[in-house]
Order: sequence, then structure tokens, then C-alpha cells
Amino acid sequence: MSLLDVRGLTVTYAGGAQAVRGVDLRLDAGRKLGIAGESGCGKSTLALALLRLLPAGTRTGGEILLDGEDVLAMKWGRVRAVRWAGASIVFQGAMHSLNPVRRVGDQIAEPILLHRRATPAGARKRTGELLEHVGLPAARASAYPHELSGGQRQRVMIAMALACDPRLIIADEPTTALDVMIQAQILRLIERLVADQDVGLIMISHDLAVLAGTCDRLAVMYAGRVVEEGPARQVYEAARHPYAEALSAAFPRIGDPASRFAPRGLPGDPPDPSALPSGCAFHPRCPVARDSCATDDQPLRAAGPQRRAACVRVADDEREARAAAGTAAPHGEPDSPEEARRTTP
Amino acid sequence: MTPSPAAPEATGAPLLSARGLHVAFPGRHGAPSARAVDGVDLDIRPGEIVALVGESGCGKTTLARALLGLVEPTAGRVTFDGRPLEYSGRSLKAYRRRVQLVLQDPSGSLNPRHTVYDAVAEGLRIHGHGGDERAAVAGALARAGLRPPERFFLRYPHELSGGQRQRVVIAGALVLEPELLVADEPVASLDASVRGEILSLLLRLRAELGLSALVVTHDLGLAWNIADRVAVMYLGRIVETGAVEQILTAPRHPYTTALLSVLPESPGERVVLTGEPPDPSRVPPGCRFHVRCQVLAGGGADAAGVADACRGRDPGVPDGSGTAQVACHWAHARKG
Repeated sequence: MSLLDVRGLTVTYAGGAQAVRGVDLRLDAGRKLGIAGESGCGKSTLALALLRLLPAGTRTGGEILLDGEDVLAMKWGRVRAVRWAGASIVFQGAMHSLNPVRRVGDQIAEPILLHRRATPAGARKRTGELLEHVGLPAARASAYPHELSGGQRQRVMIAMALACDPRLIIADEPTTALDVMIQAQILRLIERLVADQDVGLIMISHDLAVLAGTCDRLAVMYAGRVVEEGPARQVYEAARHPYAEALSAAFPRIGDPASRFAPRGLPGDPPDPSALPSGCAFHPRCPVARDSCATDDQPLRAAGPQRRAACVRVADDEREARAAAGTAAPHGEPDSPEEARRTTP
Repeated sequence: MTPSPAAPEATGAPLLSARGLHVAFPGRHGAPSARAVDGVDLDIRPGEIVALVGESGCGKTTLARALLGLVEPTAGRVTFDGRPLEYSGRSLKAYRRRVQLVLQDPSGSLNPRHTVYDAVAEGLRIHGHGGDERAAVAGALARAGLRPPERFFLRYPHELSGGQRQRVVIAGALVLEPELLVADEPVASLDASVRGEILSLLLRLRAELGLSALVVTHDLGLAWNIADRVAVMYLGRIVETGAVEQILTAPRHPYTTALLSVLPESPGERVVLTGEPPDPSRVPPGCRFHVRCQVLAGGGADAAGVADACRGRDPGVPDGSGTAQVACHWAHARKG
């Protein structure tokens, strides 16, 4: 059984904005899954949905199985127990997520006192251990957030997320506001923690390069859907979906003459989630769109070993491959999105 | 997307030039003063794009502010178009017509209650523009890629996307037809897809208007994308400078090497420096990087016989010219 198995997740905000439109994801303990996409693609909504942190009035559908138990069907008391102990979130922008008038040690100790029913002395001891675990001296527990640098604050956030030994950690843009060197320190720390403690990690970022360097698998989201998913390196280096390709090209490889004096972006803006385009939601911005893309929506389909992509070009490639193999019906390559999902480890 | 050619071979007199620039902020309660900029020589020639890179707190923003005349240097001087900068209100106002600042975070630098038109026209009004204001605003918006400009005149910042807001900020800088743009992290707060668009815009402005730019950033990929020359700053000093191709593919300073090695796609072993950049009020003696230097710690400097120099002798300041230079005893010993 997977640590996390998300099936057909949909999230619609009270105003009618379809922020997540049918997402399937799976994550095993000790593995790292990256979720990439622009602002407004639904990646942060997805993270919040995993722990039912969305505002009242939001409609969610599908299943979120955490260790086999559906988070969406849990009673509130159980959800509260799962938060922190089952899964915890490292939010983006550590300066805004920490309480500025409380010592960081007390903030780390709070979930330990609440969820572990620890004694104050026990919680203090555990707080010291956690701080040392993330590379800060235990004495920093008495510091206020403003006394710490951005990188140190992010370490505190990570210590807090680890406080109740969760099985799953969700990190939403954990390094976005940080310098390259501090970013490298934090990523190294996260990698070590995942390896040592056998937790599952979901890392959310718009920086495909960072995700590819840290995660095992990568899912690229656009307009509330996963449009490409596969082994992180392969998705970054040879994306099959034009959107994933554009995101990947936005970060230049230093030393690559092709990107010298040729910054690459993607014209246009992501669609308004309450007024999505017809057909493939990406077609108005797609550099290789065809006429049919304006009318036909594309499901995720198998696009090579352990890879899936939602693009009509992938469908063509499969058809050609099949024709070349001389078989009318596929054997090994599943075609429906449901079957494709099952084959993903 | 249009690939812009590299700058015409930047020769001749620099447009903007800093010599021996120091900016120190007095310490509070008798603490030693913070030497934010501690001896910098830097030239920017007409039509040249220079990237100033370094970690937060290395003094790069203070240097940019000093070049704009927003901070008066404690020592050294800034020359623009051959004439030293004067710090009287009138001459600074004239200077800022020719040199414009583009700030990071367009949401913070636009007044939420001003329309796009007012935001862009503000500079014209301050400088008493005599001509057709409407045409000038429309022209600047169009050059910044907001077309048709009339459609944007009456919009408010909250009605625009992040990329459009940054274009409005750039239009506000362009409207006075400056010769140099100083852009502080122009794409740090933007999405990956928008980033490339804004960088292409800077390259196009250089190609069309001959605009020079100093881009302050911690993003080495940005330097590779658009800059002709890069200056790497550490703790108030430029420690390595030269053509982008040379510095980013064959760095000589251990600090540049470390910065490049931690990029996600970089080959080879990562050199993750521990700790934060040291405090500018307590600059280490000798080479200011020696306390974090991986080459000194790994014995490389000892082997080259320069370890004592690293700890005790200042490696000097690269002059502002365009040639490749490095302030490192070890790199000098290896070369010589």
C-alpha cells in the first residue's frame, strides 16, 4: 500500500473556480514527489486539500488515501490527529508563517504538547533535538523569528513540521525566497531527513530545475490537472508535454550556447479557473496546438516507461509505435488514464 | 523569443563608472560601522548589460543605490558620461532622468490606487515633460510589451498579472528615455514562464534603444541569459569579474565556483558553503572569503603556498575594466 494515494481529486472554490480538476497521484514512503507549475495552476490548493485546510464552502471530490485511510471522509477529530502526526506542511514564506511575538522554541513545542501530550520538560527536550537535527544550535529555541535569518527561519519551519514524526511532509515552495547557497543548504537538509526517517515528501515549486535535482518523480500541473508525470530527470530533460517543455526551458543551463542571449518564456497567462478554455486547457498558449486541440480534451496517457502526459502528440506517437509493432490492440502499453495510473509505482 | 545578438564590442569610454566606492553605515550603540560596499571599481559601457551577482547581504543592492545617487558614498566617486556625480538635489534630478531604477516585486513598487497611465506618467510630470504626455506613455507601454497601450491606460495594478505589472514598472522607467537601467532582481518574484518574457524584453530594449543595464541578482542563470559581463560580489567587494562565458564556465574564484556548483543542473560535486555570509561590520582580515573558503579548508591554498597570504594579505580589488580579473591569492598562484 502506498503512503499517499490521491484518486480523482477535485477542488472547486465557493466562487466556482475549479482549482483542481481530477488529479491522481501516488507516493511511497521514503520517496520524493515534485509538483511544478505556475501560480494559479492549483498546486498550492492541492497541498491544502491533502490536509483539508481549504476554506469553508470549498467543494472537494475524489479520494485522498493516507496510509489507506480517506482524509476526505474522516471525522474532524481524526483529521486533527492526522495533521502534524500523519502529515505536516512546510509553508512558503517562513517569515509570514511564524508568529513574530513568540519564541521559536515555543512554536515548535506547541504541536508536541498538543498531539503527544508531552510534559513541558519533555517538549523542551524534543525541541532542542529537533533544532539540532535541522542544523541549528538548541539554544536558538529562545530566539524570536526576527532574530533569525531567512534560512534559519526556514529551518525552524522544517523542525516544526518534523515535530510529531509525520509520515508525510508537504513542502510548499520551501526555498523560493532564499539565496542559492542557503537554498542548497535547505535542499540538502530535506534530502537527508527524507532518507533518514523514511518519510514521504511532496515538494511544490515553480522551479523545475530545483525539483528535478531533489525529487524522484515530477508532476507538472496546468489549470488544475497533472499534464505530465514521470521520473524527475526525464521530465526535466525531455518533457513530452509542451507546457512542461516550456517550464523546463525557462531555466537556462549555464554553459549551454542555445540559451545564451535567448531567455525563453511562455507568452500569455494561465487561464482563469472559473472560465477555462474549451478542449485542452493549454491550447491558447500552446506553440504546437492543432485545430482539434480547441475542442478535444486530452487525458493523461502512457508516454513511455513510467511516464504519462496529456497531449495529443503523445497519442500520435503511441499510435505510430503501435502501427510499427503491427498490432491493432495494445498489450503492454495501457491507454486509458485509469490503467496508466495503476502502472505507476 | 527573438535571439538578440550580443552587444557590439563594448569599447570606448564607460557610461557609468565607479572608482574606489565605499559605503559604510554607522553602527548603533558604538558598534563598528557596517562596510556594505568596501572598495568597488565598476564600469558600464554604452549598450552593455552587466550582471552584479552575490548572496543577500553582500552589498549588491547598496552598490546599486550608490550608483543611482540614492546613497552618498563615504569614499570614492561615481562618474556618469565623464562627469562626477554631484549630490545636490538639482543635479541628482537631472541624473535620474538618464538613469532609471527598476525594482523587484512589482506589486510593492506600484501604487495600488494609481492607474497604469498615472504610474507611467509620474516620471514625466516630475521632470516637467513638455511634449505629448499621452503619446509618451503609450510609446513606453508599447515598448514594454503592453499592446495596445490604450487598453491598459485605465487599469489598476490589481487587475494585472505579475508579468504585466513588471512591464508597467519597466514602462515607467522607459518613459523618460534613459540611457541606463538599474534593475534590482527584476524577475525574482515572477513565475518561470514570465521570467523569460521579461528578460527578452530587456534584451530587445538594448537592441532597439542601445540601452545599458546593470542587473542586480542572485540568479546566475539570468546572467547567462542576458548579460555580457558579470561581477561577483562578496561582502562588499567584487571578487571576480569578466565576460559571462568565461566566468560562468571557467570560474577561478572559489566563491564563484561554489555558487555555480550548487545550481541544480550543475555537473560535478556540490560545494555547499556552511553558514551565512559574514557580517559586514566584522570583515575578516586578509582575503575576506578565507573563513568560508573551501580551497583553503581543503588544503589547496597550503599546497600552492598561499595559505598565509589568504589569512593575512588583502588580495586587492579588480579594476572596473571589462577584462577578466579575480581577487584570489590561490587563483593568482595557479596562473603564475
